Amino acid sequence: MSTLSATEPLTSRKLTFGQAVREALAEEMRRDPTVFVMGEDVAEAGTVFKVLSGLVEEFGTERVMDTPISEAGFTGMGVGAAMTGMRPVIDIMFGDFLGLIMDQIANQAAKVHYMSGGTLKAPMVIRTTLGATRRSAAQHSQSLHAWPSHIPGLKVVLPSTPADAKGLLKAAIRDDSPVVFFEDKMGYALKGDVPEGDYVIELGKADIKREGEDVTIVATSSMVLVALEAADLLAADGISAEVVDPRTTVPLDVEALIRSAKKTSRAIVVDEGYQRYGVTAEIAAVISDGAFYYLDAPVVRMGAMDVPVPFSPVLEDLTVPTAATVAAAARRLCKK
Amino acid sequence: MRGESKLDAELAVELYRRMLRIRYFEEQVNELYRGGKMPGLAHLYSGEEAVAVGVCAALHDDDYITSTHRGHGHCLAKGAELNPMFAELLGKEAGYCHGKGGSMHIADTKRGNLGANAIVAGSAGIATGAALSAKKRGSKQVAVCFFGDGALGQGVLYEVMNMASLWHLPVIYVCEDNQYNEYTHFTEAIAGKIDARPAAFGIPVEEVDGQNVSEVYLAAGKAVARARAGEGPTFLNCHTYRFHGHHVGDVDRRYYRSKEEEELWREKRDPLKLAAEWVTSNNYATASKLDQIDEEVQSQIRAAVEFALNAPYPDPKEVTEHVYA
Repeated sequence: MSTLSATEPLTSRKLTFGQAVREALAEEMRRDPTVFVMGEDVAEAGTVFKVLSGLVEEFGTERVMDTPISEAGFTGMGVGAAMTGMRPVIDIMFGDFLGLIMDQIANQAAKVHYMSGGTLKAPMVIRTTLGATRRSAAQHSQSLHAWPSHIPGLKVVLPSTPADAKGLLKAAIRDDSPVVFFEDKMGYALKGDVPEGDYVIELGKADIKREGEDVTIVATSSMVLVALEAADLLAADGISAEVVDPRTTVPLDVEALIRSAKKTSRAIVVDEGYQRYGVTAEIAAVISDGAFYYLDAPVVRMGAMDVPVPFSPVLEDLTVPTAATVAAAARRLCKK
Repeated sequence: MRGESKLDAELAVELYRRMLRIRYFEEQVNELYRGGKMPGLAHLYSGEEAVAVGVCAALHDDDYITSTHRGHGHCLAKGAELNPMFAELLGKEAGYCHGKGGSMHIADTKRGNLGANAIVAGSAGIATGAALSAKKRGSKQVAVCFFGDGALGQGVLYEVMNMASLWHLPVIYVCEDNQYNEYTHFTEAIAGKIDARPAAFGIPVEEVDGQNVSEVYLAAGKAVARARAGEGPTFLNCHTYRFHGHHVGDVDRRYYRSKEEEELWREKRDPLKLAAEWVTSNNYATASKLDQIDEEVQSQIRAAVEFALNAPYPDPKEVTEHVYA
């Protein structure tokens, strides 16, 4: 299951997802003086989600820097700082604002190592959010992790549990490539066991969140919890679902996905990004290519509806997969 | 190179030599293009040499620069070597970027060159971030962001100038105002005054004759001193002109600028002619010394072109290397 970097098991205690993110950042900032945080209202306000509360008290405003509302500007400055010996962690409040920083991450950060023949690098993390159903409407609700996943040179991390958030963020900060780190804004209060101390999870390693025999549900970020709830519903019907969390879309743990699909012969991919041209399509293709002769049916894809996220709760709730819709899809797949 | 803003014979001759090296380099690039020996296109810096040379002469080796699509002059002025420069333009393994960057992406980390950038104003964030990094590390390094007047149309430039001023970052914004945004005259693209833009952020502006290398050097020296003293950014508005088109393939330019205008700049405002007059009239060197430099530079350029033409291409396995660090 989860990878421990230490040789001895670390003791765990319950933390929220948000606390786990903050702990990872604080530990990395204590360990490495080149790590600093930059973004809108990250210091005294501790971000709009209060994820970074208390960080500025320990590290000061030199290392937890409030910026003007200039996402492209401060992300670009993060690239320059990363290229010259620092390890910035850039806070982009809502994933929707990726539209504002796309040139900085896709044309600058992602390419500098390659274009320079390996002589320059941009070790930086862009922390941002995803997830709908917060009643925030079309410009504060999208899950746009497919965008950076499309660009060679960027790594993309999608933690689903507090422990994964800690271990993956520490790995992302230590990575020498630019990493876009998506946090489910609806999951910040989610509690779970989080190892104390230096807990680092290698990027590119999927995690089996629940073992099963009849159907594989590949789920990312916010959809892991949905998939686990669906698995509970399915268990009551006598269907054993395996829930696989890739944890990173780039690098993607292709082997783990194929292994599980071969084992169960059925696969559903659930992701909160738009379904069209999205993460579900890529993962379904990977499974179809790698497990074709083992599959009893085509891989089922379940993403967000291809509509701008509507405001009205009755409409918004229709746009994302739920435990009920995932379980229904699994029953159809298993012909039960 | 020197940090103080003083001119002496040795430095004056060196400035001239560096400008001449850029001029011959660019003329040779044009020849390689016309002869079908260079893949793709290149944007020539001829006519603007005094800006890059004057500014970079005021920097230390470990100071940073970021450059543009019209970047060969910045690279050479910061001290890049001729062999890997030409090799990069020809897509060869011996190039600064193993042939994977090309004309618009040459980076030279040994001399603080964080790379040319093919997105207009694309390096504004990088240069300002390098200045932030220098301040955080207490390194006393300065970062120079070169860009053309075309970049004044990009919002990110204003975002970072605002933060640079707010945080007193050691960055110098060098606007190479060559009057053309690609094929469009600046009067069709820039409302108001250029100097009002940095002034709005509280950034001091210096109007500089970009064809006069000593004036550029002295203005840059002041800006560098301000930056190193922790007094924040400066904006140098350097008035200059590109002798060639937007790129090497832009040969028929009559629809956007007149031959008379081009001839006027080449005849009266050529930074190399002006530098030669300056050097000789101040007795920094004789005309025959400059002729000797001319021959030396030409032969260095010829040798580097020969090296690059004969250099091997990258191994195909290079295509997947350096995607991730």
